[in-house]
Amino acid sequence: MSTPMLVAEGVRKNFGDSEVLRGIDLTVGRGEVMCLLGPSGSGKSTFLRCVNHLERLDGGLLHVDGELVGYRRDGEVLHELRPREVASRRAHIGMVFQRFHLFPHMTALENVIEAPRRVRKQSGEAASARARELLARVGLADKADAYPSQLSGGQQQRVAIARSLAMEPKLMLFDEPTSALDPELVGEVLTVMRDLAASGMTMVVVTHEIAFAREVADQVIFMDGGVVVESGPPDEVLTRPRHERTKSFLGKVI
Amino acid sequence: MSTVPELRTDPASSPVPGPAPAIKPLRHPVRAACGVLALLCLAGVVWSVAKNPNLEWHTVGQYLFHERTLSGLGVTLYLTVVCMLIAVVGGTVLAIMKLSDSFLLRTIADGYIWLFRGVPLVVQLIFWGFLGAFYQRLTIGIPLTDVVFYSVETNTLVTATVAAVLALGLNGVAYAAEIVRGGIAAVDAGQREAAYALGLTPAQTMRRIVLPQAMRVIVPPMGNEVITMLKMTALVSIIAGNDLMTNLQSIYSMNFKVIPLLMVACVWYLALTTALTFGQRYLERRFGRGTTAPRGGFGARAARTTGGEQA
Repeated sequence: MSTPMLVAEGVRKNFGDSEVLRGIDLTVGRGEVMCLLGPSGSGKSTFLRCVNHLERLDGGLLHVDGELVGYRRDGEVLHELRPREVASRRAHIGMVFQRFHLFPHMTALENVIEAPRRVRKQSGEAASARARELLARVGLADKADAYPSQLSGGQQQRVAIARSLAMEPKLMLFDEPTSALDPELVGEVLTVMRDLAASGMTMVVVTHEIAFAREVADQVIFMDGGVVVESGPPDEVLTRPRHERTKSFLGKVI
Repeated sequence: MSTVPELRTDPASSPVPGPAPAIKPLRHPVRAACGVLALLCLAGVVWSVAKNPNLEWHTVGQYLFHERTLSGLGVTLYLTVVCMLIAVVGGTVLAIMKLSDSFLLRTIADGYIWLFRGVPLVVQLIFWGFLGAFYQRLTIGIPLTDVVFYSVETNTLVTATVAAVLALGLNGVAYAAEIVRGGIAAVDAGQREAAYALGLTPAQTMRRIVLPQAMRVIVPPMGNEVITMLKMTALVSIIAGNDLMTNLQSIYSMNFKVIPLLMVACVWYLALTTALTFGQRYLERRFGRGTTAPRGGFGARAARTTGGEQA
């Protein structure tokens, strides 16, 4: 029996006086796809950012592949890690953002090879060869030398996915990856994500694409007010929701 | 002769029959008249200056490449380069201090900027020039003990040139810090998060991702600073001199050819400023990669516009 890829135990996060996460417990197995749904402000993006320590926890534990992300445990005390150590753990976790955040001063290829070269110390040729494979995989082999400003939103998001994959992550986090896209560009990004899920990547996806969740997710979590309201396979949560809040949310988005 | 006119007269595709009308752009007669008037005024001024005998063009020519002019030019360039290096390096350090999470570092940086930006440069210049009156000797040792590693008479170490470099450089640091800080703050926070998420360390993120983008915002005002610095070196005459302006002043105080020698100063300062402007343009293009097209020009601009549509 292998350890799950992601385990959250009682994760809490405050921004000032407001409690954004009020004790999140969940488990994502290896190769599983989990979709997080919920109204805006429900804490799902914050949870995702906690997973790779872009936000500090105010309570609880987060394990990725059996390791704590931002801390080292010493008996009953959690010691916050040095930035360098946090960085080396983050290197195994890919993250795709709503607004892409490609580096605008670098071409698509340079975006993809940056982390393998600086973090993994790969040679330029090795990193470039791998990057071209990844760009081909997301359907952008011909855009290697384009700057982000010359690409459409959908193309930028696919480069961003290739950039994360270049680090060969164990876990991929997607923070509303299609919410900033024009409707006709959503499909190309979802196709790439679908392929990635089929290839066995463990994924946690914050999304409003109910159809995608229904088709791809192994597990759907509905969050509201900083807690998990309902969780289970998509058939149950999306087709026969038990909670009123889940029903009313799904009634609005579908 | 062909079928084209018939197609044009098809009532469904075009309500107005006949060939497509020519387009005539709007004319701007008042704007044109103002332009001509301004040009005439300018021509009058240039003519009046150029034919003024007090200019003594031959004297200008005689002193333009005079030995003392050139040596002064060297000092001016040296001061500008060294002081600007101090300003940029120190300013970057101070900017990073100001953006740090440490209250102590932020406060110290604020204090530095407050002091060096608040005291007039002339006062700072004279202060460094007369440092010997403040500390007779400069000593490196362990405080509160008699251990001394190195000790020197202040006036041997802090010569007039060193004092000038200290005054201009330390003053420049305060201004450069604010420029660099503004540039770093202008980079979208998402850029830093994306870099962190890829596993880059904070130092790598700053060097590879944040600073290159901040440069786009930093270069234009920093270019201003370099030009300001170039001209501020003329203030050095108060304590030491040997810079371009001081040398020219000492020449015209002997031969009273004030106007021609001021023209020599104008020519050289303008020449240097022009060269710096080209350097700045190069840097702006270099750091504008991705936002401005690599080679500029019309086609590139069109490509940028189409690229912008998706956002």
